[in-house]
Amino acid sequence: MNELFDLYQEIILDHNRRPRNYRTLEEPTSSADGYNPICGDELKVYLKLDGDKIKDISFQGQGCAISKASASLMTVELKGKTLAEAEAGFKRFQEMLAEEVDQEVDFLDFGDLASLSGVRRFPARIKCATLAWHALEAAVQGQEEATTE
Amino acid sequence: MTESSQTALGGNRIESGLDVHALRARFPILAKRIRDNSFVYVDNAATTQKPQSVIDVLNEYYTDQNANIHRGIHYLSEQATEAYEEARCRVARFINAPSERQVIFVRGTTEGINLVAQTFGRQRIRSGDEILISTLEHHSNIVPWQLVAEAQGAVIKVIPIDDRGVLDLEAYRALLNERTRIVALSHVSNAIGTVVPIVEMCREAHQKGIPVVVDGAQSAPHMKVDMQALDCDFFVFSGHKIFGPTGIGVLYGKDEWLRDMPPYEGGGGMIQSVTFEKTRFLEFPGRFEAGTPHIAGSIGLAAALDFVEEIGIDKIAAYEEEILHYATEQFSSIDGLRILGTAPQKAAVLSFVLDEAHPHDISTFLDQDGIAIRAGHHCAQPLMKRLGVSGTARASFSIYNTREEVDKVADSLRKIVRFFKR
Repeated sequence: MNELFDLYQEIILDHNRRPRNYRTLEEPTSSADGYNPICGDELKVYLKLDGDKIKDISFQGQGCAISKASASLMTVELKGKTLAEAEAGFKRFQEMLAEEVDQEVDFLDFGDLASLSGVRRFPARIKCATLAWHALEAAVQGQEEATTE
Repeated sequence: MTESSQTALGGNRIESGLDVHALRARFPILAKRIRDNSFVYVDNAATTQKPQSVIDVLNEYYTDQNANIHRGIHYLSEQATEAYEEARCRVARFINAPSERQVIFVRGTTEGINLVAQTFGRQRIRSGDEILISTLEHHSNIVPWQLVAEAQGAVIKVIPIDDRGVLDLEAYRALLNERTRIVALSHVSNAIGTVVPIVEMCREAHQKGIPVVVDGAQSAPHMKVDMQALDCDFFVFSGHKIFGPTGIGVLYGKDEWLRDMPPYEGGGGMIQSVTFEKTRFLEFPGRFEAGTPHIAGSIGLAAALDFVEEIGIDKIAAYEEEILHYATEQFSSIDGLRILGTAPQKAAVLSFVLDEAHPHDISTFLDQDGIAIRAGHHCAQPLMKRLGVSGTARASFSIYNTREEVDKVADSLRKIVRFFKR
């Protein structure tokens, strides 16, 4: 059960119950649908840019606790950041999820997103955690949708 | 599966007279432990576990009999050919086909439907024609027809369901018209368990001269499927959902259609003679079995059907109905649990959602307790949309599932509700 509690940490349950930035954006710079064909979950990420800077970011859609919390945490993390920082964040996030399970890794520099490190132990759920990030990447690249496949 | 007994369930040897514990001992995998828990396998609509007798014949085949069929003039090839053709006869007896020639071995239900769509379908469907399916369909009885419809300029029409998941037969009658060229129906819904009245629906389609293709993937393991009683034009099912190996399935067709259908795949094993200018094809079933078939699979399937008949399909149906009834009762008492699919005629498939937890979260939690269910859209996204959900959690039962296992799943679900509610 410890692994479960590691996966469903309090902060994740909180973001699942009360997702932050869970709304549409008026006149977004761009938006994209993230789609997980395995489960059929779908969420949309909205992006408002000011030059290179993420002025506002939000999401809406259906998903499990992991995908919803991950999307919520992502929007909190990235608001006010630059696109380059967002890109680096996605890369770092993917690296975190790819870390060896038995490896003691320090995710302190990662803020609240580190609460998702428990997903590493549940390979079937990694795509839930990355869904919003894939949608964001698509939105940045001007695509309409992204899938986790 | 029908309106049989729903009396009080006492002990493990219940109403149907099936000794579940003796039966469980024949499935070696059920003794497995998962994460320090006894293994509770309730994902039987995805695939069933295999009895030792099926595992043994596969082992024996590769240990002692392996050779290619219909080719070699040598001892083992003759033996393998005989075993393969004997398996065909075994299937024909099981489904009461008029002739074993009407049994075509395929990889599974998906390939069977694609075969019918790409041969019979293409031959029959023209621009402006209609293909009639139902809201209950698995993607494998939607997509193959969409491919044909697109190629031929035809249209897919869909029979609606009510909120219980029951087909609207009045709408069905209205949808059958002179443009309808094929009706393709799942016999039992894989996602919510509805049993479809195939006999009646075939009769009505036939009155208008329309052939019916039946996806029997979920019915063959759980109820008697008699081709002459159903009177369907094609019937398809998978071996692995009826205690047999993966990679082997059956397509049954009526003689009058199979006779004129063009080949599906070309290759060895399906020809009478080949020149660079012209190939003459075998008659069915050989015409539709290009390449080396899944010989071991066919023998394994025959062993699986032996197993089913030894237990008795009616007994299986009665036992599963009891388990479904018990599980429905237990699950219904869980706070915030909603069952999707409440048709009066239902196979042992229990699809549900929880207010507090998404199906994937449910599945991850149950897995920690050694319980295997399926979570997601069950390859029936249009049905999920109709039911207003993106997916469900699904427990699907088989003859080896016990009431204790149902209790374990229910206990585990209560734990999940508590966890997400806190």
